[in-house]
Amino acid sequence: MLEQNLFAGFGGQGVLLMGQLLAYAGMLEGKYVSWLPAYGPEMRGGTANCSVNISDEPIGSPVVSKATAVVAMNRPSLDKFESAVQPGGMLFINSSIIDRKAQREDIRAYYVPCNEIAEELGNGKVANMVMLGAYLEKTRCVDMEGVLDALLHKLGEKKANLIPVNREALKRGAGAVG
Amino acid sequence: MAVVFKKTEALTDTVMHYCPGCGHGIVHRLVAEVIEEMGLQEKTVGVAPVGCAVFAYRYFNVDIQEAAHGRAPAVATGAKRVLGPDSLVFTYQGDGDLASIGTAEIVQAAHRGEKISVIFINNAIYGMTGGQMAPTTLLGQKTTTSPYGRDKELCGSPIRMSELLATIEGSAYIERTAVNSTANIIKTKKAIQKAFGAQVNRKGFSLVEVLSTCPTNWGKSPVESMDWLEEAMLPYYPLGVYKEV
Amino acid sequence: MAKNLMKGCEAIAEAAIQAGCRYFFGYPITPQNDIPEYMSARMPKIGGCFLQAESEVAAINMVYGAAGAGARVMTSSSSPGISLKMEGISYIAGAELPCVIVNMMRGGPGLGSIQASQGDYFQTTKGGGHGDYHMIAYAPASVQEAIDLMQTAFDVADKYRTPVMVLADGIIGQMMEPVEIKENTGNAPKKDWATTGWKKGERARAVVNSLYIEVEDLEEMTERLQARYRQIEKDETLVECYNTDGAEFILCAYGTVARICKTAIAQLQKQGVKAGLVRPITVWPFPAKAVHDAMCAPGVKMALCVEISAGQMIEDVRLAVNGEREIAFLGHAGSRVPTAEEIAEKVLAMRGA
Repeated sequence: MLEQNLFAGFGGQGVLLMGQLLAYAGMLEGKYVSWLPAYGPEMRGGTANCSVNISDEPIGSPVVSKATAVVAMNRPSLDKFESAVQPGGMLFINSSIIDRKAQREDIRAYYVPCNEIAEELGNGKVANMVMLGAYLEKTRCVDMEGVLDALLHKLGEKKANLIPVNREALKRGAGAVG
Repeated sequence: MAVVFKKTEALTDTVMHYCPGCGHGIVHRLVAEVIEEMGLQEKTVGVAPVGCAVFAYRYFNVDIQEAAHGRAPAVATGAKRVLGPDSLVFTYQGDGDLASIGTAEIVQAAHRGEKISVIFINNAIYGMTGGQMAPTTLLGQKTTTSPYGRDKELCGSPIRMSELLATIEGSAYIERTAVNSTANIIKTKKAIQKAFGAQVNRKGFSLVEVLSTCPTNWGKSPVESMDWLEEAMLPYYPLGVYKEV
Repeated sequence: MAKNLMKGCEAIAEAAIQAGCRYFFGYPITPQNDIPEYMSARMPKIGGCFLQAESEVAAINMVYGAAGAGARVMTSSSSPGISLKMEGISYIAGAELPCVIVNMMRGGPGLGSIQASQGDYFQTTKGGGHGDYHMIAYAPASVQEAIDLMQTAFDVADKYRTPVMVLADGIIGQMMEPVEIKENTGNAPKKDWATTGWKKGERARAVVNSLYIEVEDLEEMTERLQARYRQIEKDETLVECYNTDGAEFILCAYGTVARICKTAIAQLQKQGVKAGLVRPITVWPFPAKAVHDAMCAPGVKMALCVEISAGQMIEDVRLAVNGEREIAFLGHAGSRVPTAEEIAEKVLAMRGA
């Protein structure tokens, strides 16, 4: 198994965190993982993206150039990275704010209204977790509880009260593509 | 037979390379005497510069590091941070080293209130490289790179480092002295004691600027040099304590 | 010990601390700021010293002073900042002081970019500073390897009284991978040459110095250094040979690029092409024999050097094979990282040609 993922969106949409949670959960399951952010001025207020590899074998390139899955949280990310999906790979589109469909027909596209679902849950910030839920449902590359363990590690025990809403977000995201 | 004079233990027996009439030998001896009298020889680490005093590591009978040109305050910072407050760390720098290439290092060491002491020899010229213009060279003074005399329009007026460093919050003791007379030599020794005292008492950065002579590159006899220091340098570089906290 | 997911820069900083480093002098520059930031948080809590210097020039001279006083000390920077440190590195080599310098390479020349690059190979391995000296340089290809090499770096620096560089790139610094940091056994030798304050009779007066004004004295010092360098070449050269047995193509790359080559090798395998990789882990000393033996083995048809540069390490590769084989090159000057697909295509094109 080698999952080569690209997570992309606006700065502030939590795309780097999505990638880190996935990598952390993979590590907890004993898999080889790597997380690599695109860094630099483009991150300040612009688009952010990260490459995440999860594998049963040691990871070669940490830079994902041909992705098994691309997550696009906004329109510029979709425009930039649709072409990076491997034939037969998956493309996850945040349909709440992206006004177009996938153009390629050799890939599997999933449309997830992340922001609407997050608002329904009463916390607009969990839109990224909604998308991560959808991603996990389709790729099954790590266990959802591992992602929540990773989130708890990241938030610290003081913010453990945020775990239930994030669990719900992951589930609703999974349901949206299930 | 009664011993009437004994050279300080804090100087080695190595014969110094300085020219006749040069002030470096005097200042070396003063620094070494103060180290010995304060009982600090075993706790002292010196930092030698690039310039005429480049061989200071041969003369001071203490552990010592030779720094790159202008970087002595940074080297001293590294050593002091390792050796801690009980040590005495001093740099010995000339005017090219401190007031030209090493201005960033000296200003920032003072700015950090680095607990080091600096002995700054200002003789208004580059000695080791052969008499070129220094930032402290006086207006009209002829050197090998200001053959028509230092021109203010071309290269500005001489820099007064003590005044500059005294404005910095982190400096604890700043004094300008000279070694052109017995009285001034005694005052210089007292200034060095105060500077080292400021370090030992953890007050902050300390510096003694010593106006000194360079007969060889000034093209003067040793006696004429003493006169020139008094007549030409003292009016532009007033002696005195510029900072004491 | 459980694994932890750590960013390369932070892992390198923690590894240094575990190796007994208690002094860090640095100046901010992207992409290595996580190292000074991490040090600024950790050092005060463990009785160490983090100091943000006024410049890279000052920082390396503070390293000189601290190393001269006997401490395990380091600095870190990125390419333009390393250029500024080169004066100090030459002095440190000349004064025979141990220290560790981390370079998270970014694109150049000049201000260049802040993205990953390997454009500092010449500077690192061919001098950089003035005079006849060398600097051991480790080129990690993963965060774990960066940690392990940091610890080796401190030991080797002390063993040979020499500056040691960990030569990484922005990707190694910014990447997160699962890692384990072991506490270093801390075999720092006794440093009776250090300036710690001299008590007569205990040892000779310590003088840390690189000035040897008499020609004979300077020659004696440089011959001492050269003898040490020959010993380092013999004992400290590190290299990885991956998949080289029976390979018809041999790739040569270091650092992040070597990992990308491994992915390309896996892609080529699927197409029935057997390729291998020889990866210098020390770029100085350069593993010339291993590179030669891998590239000139019977059955090898072609060799390719891959770098994020216009071609720098390739000169050492060519010297290593000494005309026995033609070495092709794939690389990008600046900061564009070659992709695995690009490398595989290049190999296939060479094969078809």
